[in-house]
Amino acid sequence: MSFWEYANPRKFMAVSDKALPWLFTSAGLALAIGLIWGFFFTPDDFRQGSTVKIIYLHVPSAMMAINTWAMMLVASLIWIVRRHHVSALAARAAAPVGVTFTIIALATGAIWGQPMWGTWWAWDPRLTAFLILFLFYLGYIALWQAIEDPDTAADLTSVLCLVGTVFAVISRYALIFWNQGLHQGASLSLDKEENISDVFYFPLLFAIAGFVLLFIALVFYRTRTEIRLRRLHAIGLKERMT
Amino acid sequence: MPDLGQYAVEVLSAYAVSLGSLVALIGFSIWRGKRVKRALEDAEARIRNG
Amino acid sequence: MIALLSRDLRIAIRAGGGFGLALAFFLIVTALVPFGVGPDTAVLTRIAPGILWVGALLACLLSLDRIFALDFEDGTLDLLATAPIPLEAVVSVKALAHWITTGLPLTLAAPVLGVLLNLAPGGYLWLFISLAVGTPALSIIGAFGAALTVGLKRGGLLLSLLVLPLYVPTLIFGAEVVRRGAEGLSTATPLALLAGITAGTVALLPFAAAAVLRVNLR
Repeated sequence: MSFWEYANPRKFMAVSDKALPWLFTSAGLALAIGLIWGFFFTPDDFRQGSTVKIIYLHVPSAMMAINTWAMMLVASLIWIVRRHHVSALAARAAAPVGVTFTIIALATGAIWGQPMWGTWWAWDPRLTAFLILFLFYLGYIALWQAIEDPDTAADLTSVLCLVGTVFAVISRYALIFWNQGLHQGASLSLDKEENISDVFYFPLLFAIAGFVLLFIALVFYRTRTEIRLRRLHAIGLKERMT
Repeated sequence: MPDLGQYAVEVLSAYAVSLGSLVALIGFSIWRGKRVKRALEDAEARIRNG
Repeated sequence: MIALLSRDLRIAIRAGGGFGLALAFFLIVTALVPFGVGPDTAVLTRIAPGILWVGALLACLLSLDRIFALDFEDGTLDLLATAPIPLEAVVSVKALAHWITTGLPLTLAAPVLGVLLNLAPGGYLWLFISLAVGTPALSIIGAFGAALTVGLKRGGLLLSLLVLPLYVPTLIFGAEVVRRGAEGLSTATPLALLAGITAGTVALLPFAAAAVLRVNLR
């Protein structure tokens, strides 16, 4: 069964209809296991105290904030090259999910940073990069909303996603350049994956899996809504013409 | 509730904000999805009968 | 192409909107800052590079939506799209016209405004150089944003939301050039990176902008 068969809206609706209950259930399960395990059954970090528990939210949300944009990029490319409507609509559906992940990453980052760094916000390259990513998401969503014709909107937003990605990558390096001179040597890494001990690592894996599954479930569900909306739009056009 | 020590407020608010945002996103997506589905069913019924 | 350029320049200067407005805005923003942060000259000297760059950047934003809007509304853009010159060249020429009427005057005016903010003596030359190198990037990035929003009635705010995040790398490196120059340090690295961004955007964004214009002209 070729992957491209799902580009057919009807096929996508059929498959997603069957997959959704599994996706939501497994997402809920993984999240529950990860968060409950992490929150209740892991020790405190000797340096960070109980704030280390924030890691189970901060790391997965930050990862998914970026991965959502990556998925939007791929979906945009598929639209540009093969003009599969499901792809364009999936990108549109994913954006608010990405915004939410970004907000969670920013908020948990700030809340974690306050006791650790003594300030609510730090212009650390990583946090700042997420702030810029947040702005990219807002612009992308705003552009979709501003354009009436769905195909035009799909075209414009996919180019924006492409150009935005290039600038996001450039900005990442620009931000490191921008801040390295100020905090030289301060190892304020919130997610020190290098030395994370197993006792934190496994609940974190579940939390990450939960976020990934939730992302897939939400994008499937929201894409179904977008497909229905598109059909509604087409019916409305036809009614107005007759 | 484990002993969160001096960071109780931070940890709890982090969880509250995150879980709250996820619930809001899921809830809004479902509400919108149901609304659109109903509107589409109405429109398709209109076409079939009209 | 030259004809297109001179025509756009004439329109920009004649219509009165774009030309003086950007300079006036730059002046106003620069003058507002001391009211906001206090007249302490030590503070102003430290933030002057950033404020001047942000002011220039915001002033550039003002006339962006006019790059394509007038021609879009009266159908000229359709003609240009089907003309012998490639649409990418049209985009580049229009961005160039925007730079000549906005970026260039801002670059020339900036050292004067630097005096208002007590910019350190070493910074003036680098302010001029960094803006000269960086403002073309602002114009072409702005042109891309203008192409995206050309069909919209009140696209100005959306245009800003789309374009400002794209300005961040140029702003970071541009302000850093001035800062280092003001402190007497070597400006080579940020200047090279700034030039790299300008070169890359000037070379590649016209293609993206032309593709977007074609979509909007359908």
